[in-house]
Parts: sequence; structure tokens; C-alpha cells
Amino acid sequence: MRMLTFANRNAKEILRDPLNLSFGLGFPLMLILLLSAIQANIPVDLFEIGHLTPGITVFGLSFMTLFSATLISKDRGSSLLQRLYTTPMTPLDFILGYTLPIIPIAIAQSIICYIAALILGLELTVNIFLAIVMIAPISLLFIALGLLFGSILNDKQVGGICGALLTNLSAWLSGTWFDLELVGGAFKKIAYALPFVHAVEAERAVLSGNFSEILPHLLWVLGYSAAALALAVLLFLRQMKKQ
Amino acid sequence: MDAIRTESLTKRYRGITAVDGLSLSVKDGELFALLGVNGAGKTTTVKMLSCLTEPTEGDAFLLGKSIRNESGEVKKFIALSPQETAVAPCLSVRENLELICGVHGFDKEKTRAKIDELTRLLSLGSVIGRRAGKLSGGWQRRLSIAMALISEPKILFLDEPTLGLDVIARSELWDVIRELKGRVTVILTTHYMEEAEALSDRIAIMKDGRLLVCDTAENIKASAGTDSFEQAFIKTVKGAEK
Repeated sequence: MRMLTFANRNAKEILRDPLNLSFGLGFPLMLILLLSAIQANIPVDLFEIGHLTPGITVFGLSFMTLFSATLISKDRGSSLLQRLYTTPMTPLDFILGYTLPIIPIAIAQSIICYIAALILGLELTVNIFLAIVMIAPISLLFIALGLLFGSILNDKQVGGICGALLTNLSAWLSGTWFDLELVGGAFKKIAYALPFVHAVEAERAVLSGNFSEILPHLLWVLGYSAAALALAVLLFLRQMKKQ
Repeated sequence: MDAIRTESLTKRYRGITAVDGLSLSVKDGELFALLGVNGAGKTTTVKMLSCLTEPTEGDAFLLGKSIRNESGEVKKFIALSPQETAVAPCLSVRENLELICGVHGFDKEKTRAKIDELTRLLSLGSVIGRRAGKLSGGWQRRLSIAMALISEPKILFLDEPTLGLDVIARSELWDVIRELKGRVTVILTTHYMEEAEALSDRIAIMKDGRLLVCDTAENIKASAGTDSFEQAFIKTVKGAEK
């Protein structure tokens, strides 16, 4: 009950911010349109709609990190969290309350991207629904990163680290904008040691029906998600005790 | 029974002593002010008493419950209105109140009754549907106090409640705080002399984490040999420097 009340409040705070809606939902949509327009003029395999959309849906999740980190850091800055720490709410109420409402927002964002992709020529198959479902576990990674950064940074720092750095890093290292094979070397090794490209590959595997390829990539993502969530919980509890 | 009794309450942060062996008691229903210049240890004291931070040494008992060993029990009968307004900016005033009702586990009927009661008490009717983030500082403070009162606390901590407010908004908020007198034990931190004098039954003056004096405004003035509370405060604080 307490957790659901808090989660409901968090969803409202995120969805009522026009910047969140325009960036979080509008930006990925704009990218699909733009890159599809480029593809129409100069065909590139990478930007073919079936290949591009999974990458954009994963890139869009970096805004979930921004949403959750901004919300938490603002709640810390305004002392709303301090007020709530004096209520019977438990640490689990806080962590779930910040995590759960962002999952449906992430799924809604991917649905919008896939609807746009269908309009742009993506073939309607059951795999699209599976790809949308796959967004839920992948989104946990980005939400955990938000919880982590929100626990240690103020809202201005969150804007820089999550709004600029993380969105760019997750894009460059995901193989969405350019083929990592083209760069190769250390860059490719680093990219494959991080979870972003695996998230995109898992999503591509679902959409294309190559189900046997999903698990190895998904394990990378879930491993990072578990580590990020564990660290996020530790840091959240630490700032809770440091009041 | 005392509402609050502190025993050598001490807080140190990396070698800096923010609160140094604070021992005092607050009576049930009393409006008690913690007064001091910046860095006196007022907010740290409130944070310890409201179970936000653990004391380094000593203990405090709120209605007989230890903040060290029974913080879960203590949290059931306290509430805090922090120095910042601590409201959810994108929620309406009503939704902010509903949020706090929800985290305290109120059902729909109790939530509605509580919101009606607090809307009347704090005259929030004209702004009940407006987003909290769009309200003036004075209205946000009122909302902040209303949110703190939802759980029907026996002890209410108001940390610098009128900080940054204009004269009219401050005066209106004083009326609200006076309304609470006798209903609930109020611990008020402030660095405004006139606020402490006008509102409080007793005043504790702190400096560098230490308690300098704890008495009524009249007695503090009499001890300092002045009719002005501000002068009495200055004498007390400067006297402690010598």
C-alpha cells in the first residue's frame, strides 16, 4: 500500500513534466524518423527499420535513467525524502517505489517506437510483442543506474552525467549508430564488455526471431542489472543513513 | 511524562562536534524553540530526535521511547516539516496530502476526512487543486505543515518554518503555529529572535552545539538584565565566547 502510493506519486511526477515527455518519448521517435529518412535516400543496412528499431528502443531507455535519477536527486534536494524517512516507509518501499513505475513508462516508450516503425514499413509479426516484453528486463539496468546516480548526485550533476554522458555512451557503445566491427580493436572490446550492445543484440534477436541468440546477450544485461541494482541499493541506503 | 528527554546527546561529523552533550527536557504539549545562529546545532538536534541520524553518544527518549533502540516506535508518533518545503512539486496540494495519507496507510474515508480537516485548519481551500510547485513560499510552508500534521503526530518538528518568507506570510504562519499549541508538542528551530519569543513556551539557546540556556523568554531577558529579547540573546551568546 505504502509502496504503491509512493510509486503512483513518482509516476505522476515523471509524466507531468513536459520535458520528460518531449525528450523521453519524442526524441527516440524523432531519431527513427530521421534515420529512416536517411535510409530512404542512402540505403544503409544498419538503418534498415528492422535493425534500427531495437537499437532506438534500447537507446530510449537511457532516458529512464535520467527520469529516475532526476526524480531521486530532486526529492533529496527538496527534503521530501527526509520527510518520508520519518514515516513508517521501509527501504524496500522506497526502492520499489522508484523502480516499478518506470517499467511501464519504458514499455510505453518502446510501444510508441514500434508503432512508428510499423508505419515506416516494419513487418507486423508476433516478435514485435515479444520485443516489447523484452524491454522490461532490459529497462531494469537503466532504472538501477538511475537509482544509483540519483543517490549520489544532485540534480544538476544528474543532468550532466545521465543527460549527456550516459545517453551518449549508451548510444556509441550499443552498435545502433554505427557498426562496432567498423571501429574494431579496443573500442569494440570495451563495447562488448559493457551491457549496452548486448541489450541491443538481445532486442534484435527477439525481433528477428533468432531466439537461440537471446540468452547469452540477456545474461550480460541481467548480470549488469543485478550488479547495478545491488550497488544502487547500497548507495541509497547509505545516503538514507547519512541524513 | 516528558514528551522529550535528551541525555548527553552528541553528534560528531568527521571530528567536528555538531551537538555536544545536549541534555534537556520538553513537556507534553509545550511549544519549545531551539534558537541559535547558523551552525549552532539546531537542525542536527532535530535530525537526531526525528530518527534521521543516529547520535554519536547519548540518547533521547520521546514519550519514553529511545531514538537509538526504538526508532520504529518513535516514528509512529512524530512528524517533521523540514527546512526545505519538502513537497512534491508536480502534484496538487490535495495529491500531496493524499500521498502522506497513503504512506501512513489511511483508507479512503480517513484520507478524505483528514484532508478536509487540514484544509480548514490551514486555510488551504483556495489552493487545494493547484500544483504545489507553482505555489508561493508561504503556501508551500503551509502545505508542508499540513503534510506533517496528517499522521496526527504527538511531537512535531518544525525546522526553520518561516525561513525566507515575507512579513505577512510569516505572520500568517505564526497564527497557524499558535493554533497547534496545546494540541501537539512542537519543537521549533529558528534563528529569528522575535519568532522564538512570540511563539514559544520555552526557548533553548544553542551555540557551537552546546546548550547555553533553556528557559522562558521572560526569564532569559531577566537573567540578561534587559527588556529586549534580542539583546538577551546577544549577551547570552557573546557571554559564552568569553
